[in-house]
Amino acid sequence: MNWLLIVLGGMVGAPLRYLADVWVTSRLGTGFPFGTLVANAAACVLLGGVAGAGLAADSPGYVLLGSGVAGAMSTYSTFAFEIVRLGEEGRAARAVVYALVSPVVGVAALLVGLALGRQG
Amino acid sequence: MHPPGTEPHHYDEPVDPDLDPAHLVVVLAVSLGGGAGAAARFAAYRLTPEVWATLAVNLAGCALIGVLVVLTTEVWQAHPLIRPFLGTGVLGGFTTFSTYALDTHGLWAAGDRVIAAGYLVGTVLGCVAATAAAVALSRTLVRTRVEGRRP
Repeated sequence: MNWLLIVLGGMVGAPLRYLADVWVTSRLGTGFPFGTLVANAAACVLLGGVAGAGLAADSPGYVLLGSGVAGAMSTYSTFAFEIVRLGEEGRAARAVVYALVSPVVGVAALLVGLALGRQG
Repeated sequence: MHPPGTEPHHYDEPVDPDLDPAHLVVVLAVSLGGGAGAAARFAAYRLTPEVWATLAVNLAGCALIGVLVVLTTEVWQAHPLIRPFLGTGVLGGFTTFSTYALDTHGLWAAGDRVIAAGYLVGTVLGCVAATAAAVALSRTLVRTRVEGRRP
């Protein structure tokens, strides 16, 4: 059952990240990887909400929404590659800012989600 | 198709190729890849305690994206659905930023503040190093192979 839920969650989360990236990039351009930042932040709010609501890590709701949707909506591989690419393009300052800002935004978004989940 | 090393790297191309989202087939490729990647991550959690599984998954995924991008932009004229499926879908679904943030918070809340800070910073450094090393190693191996073929 959990295997079905993780696959379903992944099948929803990954395209949400892709569509968010396309949407954000079309508005803010490709100079800074805002799309991935937004998708990662949104996923952190969602996972925080699921964890804050007190769902056990092996419960169906957590597996579907937390491990599946939020896990696949967020990405580390694209984040790391964007840093390497910015570095190769000679935009070292942007690479460093992106590398520093993303974890801070991610943890802050997670705390927001945790607070929302505990209320709801 | 140019042999590797004879053309500039096409890194203007976004990691998530900016194809028209109206092309539902791209969204479908990302979705199928995401399901597979998330399942592979779920499998990893069965092998080790979660925080170390997440670190291992993220390091592996970050190395693989480096290999994938070199192969699909500098070696092969990849089919336009390969990057959305394998990069955005499988590797994006496999790796996770949300669990990384939750793990950091969990370590911090448990009082392991030094470990939490080390995990937060160390994952960034380790993953960027894994990607950069994979890109460099892939280029070296590809170049060696191509040069070995020349008469």
